[in-house]
Amino acid sequence: MMYKRDPELIREVLGKKVQFILGDIACVYGGLLAGCSFFGGYPITPASEVAEGMARRLPRVKGTYIQMEDEIGSIAAVIGAAWGGAKSMTATSGPGFSLMMENYGYAVMTETPCVIVNIQRTGPSTGQPTLGAQGDMMQARWGTHGDFEAIALAPSTVQECMDFTVEAFNLAEKYRNPVCVMADGEMGHLRERVVIPDEKDLKIINRVPATIDKDKFIPFTNSQTRNSKVPDFPTFGTGYHTYVTGLTHNEKGFPATDKQPDHEKLVKRITTKITDDIDKLTNVEKLYLDDAKTVFVTYGASARPAESAMEMARAKGKKIGMLRLKLVWPFPFKEIQKLASKVDKIIVPEMNLGQIVHPVREYVEGQCKVVSAPKIGGEMHLPHELYKYLEGK
Amino acid sequence: MPDIKTADKLNKKYLRGDMWPTIFCNGCGHGVVLDYTFWAIEELGLDMDKTVFVSGIGCSSRLPGYINADGLHTTHGRAIAFATGIKAANPDLNIIVFTGDGDCSGIGGNHLIHAARRNIDMTVIMINNFTYGMTGGQLSPTAPLGSIATTAPYGNIEHPFDICELVKALGANYVARWTVSHPYRPMKSVKAGLEKKGFSLIEFFSPCPTAYGRRNKLGDIKKHWKWYDDNTILIEEYNKIMKYGSDEEKEKTKNKMQIGVFQDIEKPGFFEQYEKLLKGLQDKRGKGGKK
Repeated sequence: MMYKRDPELIREVLGKKVQFILGDIACVYGGLLAGCSFFGGYPITPASEVAEGMARRLPRVKGTYIQMEDEIGSIAAVIGAAWGGAKSMTATSGPGFSLMMENYGYAVMTETPCVIVNIQRTGPSTGQPTLGAQGDMMQARWGTHGDFEAIALAPSTVQECMDFTVEAFNLAEKYRNPVCVMADGEMGHLRERVVIPDEKDLKIINRVPATIDKDKFIPFTNSQTRNSKVPDFPTFGTGYHTYVTGLTHNEKGFPATDKQPDHEKLVKRITTKITDDIDKLTNVEKLYLDDAKTVFVTYGASARPAESAMEMARAKGKKIGMLRLKLVWPFPFKEIQKLASKVDKIIVPEMNLGQIVHPVREYVEGQCKVVSAPKIGGEMHLPHELYKYLEGK
Repeated sequence: MPDIKTADKLNKKYLRGDMWPTIFCNGCGHGVVLDYTFWAIEELGLDMDKTVFVSGIGCSSRLPGYINADGLHTTHGRAIAFATGIKAANPDLNIIVFTGDGDCSGIGGNHLIHAARRNIDMTVIMINNFTYGMTGGQLSPTAPLGSIATTAPYGNIEHPFDICELVKALGANYVARWTVSHPYRPMKSVKAGLEKKGFSLIEFFSPCPTAYGRRNKLGDIKKHWKWYDDNTILIEEYNKIMKYGSDEEKEKTKNKMQIGVFQDIEKPGFFEQYEKLLKGLQDKRGKGGKK
């Protein structure tokens, strides 16, 4: 039997409207609210609670949970499930995310909607498994080979872990691309109050299914029913006889690997279907940007001490602001360009040795000073540590 | 027997014309295996709208492209894991995986093991040509001792992998091995595998004259087929000789590769079990039990 989203059943399984829960579990809630019906996962700290939460709840909403043999199998099954008609997700952390990279690219190339929750830790290699970090921000963007566009969200609260997982499904379904929820270990293992949105307040986007005549349907081209570069989705088993391959393919989906124009046409469509919508996609929080001369540009857990440092400085009359990237990829470059023309200095706190500071520098183009404020080792920045960056010239 | 009597008619019914011609070399056995599969599908009357072909990377993994049905041509070694997800999303679909020896037992070994252990409902057709044909003839995990490969230029010193014994040990419901030189029994095996709930695997020894044959004095396809006949033995015959045969007969037989049906059992498939689990949870809910 194919899964059908049952809001009443989902709410029965989720329980009370207001809860005090773990960030990992909030990702589970987000998935269930969005209508996720398949989870393939593999245990890894600090993301295991997502798998555990799904193993407990997904069968109760009549979805399927399978603990796969490794992360490669997990993402493979998730992509397969999407073609079988499911909304599907997996959750992992650094080493598992590294293992998923090949099939992450396969999802991009085959335009498969799916969600990867990454409760980030750090590396290289096994690193500090139990401690949080932001080790994969660049891996989400560049980790698989070839040219592609990533879509990634970075929650700064447990509430956002839930909300952004719903949003990740919406974006995956809309753009037919894998979408990453780049939470960090801090968010995954933090307990906070969350409010589960009512059904009427919940925005759910579903992929557009193929509906036109089977002999007229072209699976890998601009939509034939809407003005969109995202093709309608021919779910397996609906009679469209679609051939899906990770090879460079023509509009019909058949391998077309030896001619330059075929490849350029395909890859340009699957990248610009996302970048064309950069204004719609951009999702930032702006704090005190009207008068600020020095600004934190940050995301995820790092935004919290940055906000505290900003408040400390504001209390002393300093003109400090903050731009928080809720959606990190595609990079909200226009916001950075605007900011760079107005402020003297941008400080980028991150729980790595500097990843998002690079696209910030790229788009600032020398218009203002850009300072990296890294912290590694599994600890968050303390507000006073970031405050020091505001005192320095 | 099927309504359609000739391979030509079967091909018209099941092949995807747009993809012709194939990438396969003269003498390649993949088309033969595809033909056996079509016969089995025809005989069972499988609905091609509800049948999905999944594959990884390699020559055999190109087969789904030639079939007029839904096909997922995935990454190297991962076909079975992708197929698991498809079946989970829609258990009404028939899932057939085409894979090769390198794809299935080399890079994809872990997925094979666990899908067989879980008894995931799918039929895996593994075409074993003892080589990585698409990349030009490198050493495969199933290559017999002494085989020459581009990456084993002085002869293979690694013991070959017996996939059927492995999958049998994992408790899969149906396991069989044939060579492409046996037309009727393999068709029956593919049919039996497709009918079976749970995990089924049918392995075919299939020649690759270009990448394996040429280097191993089997470039002539007739020689290659004869090599299969000389070096394989039916499981039942093998057992008989090993039990009752003379020492000389035993010596001649012991290194032959066994063919036939390795396992044919009825264990509940994964999704049958999963449906029960779901039903149990809903029953409990109906009774107002712990939610």
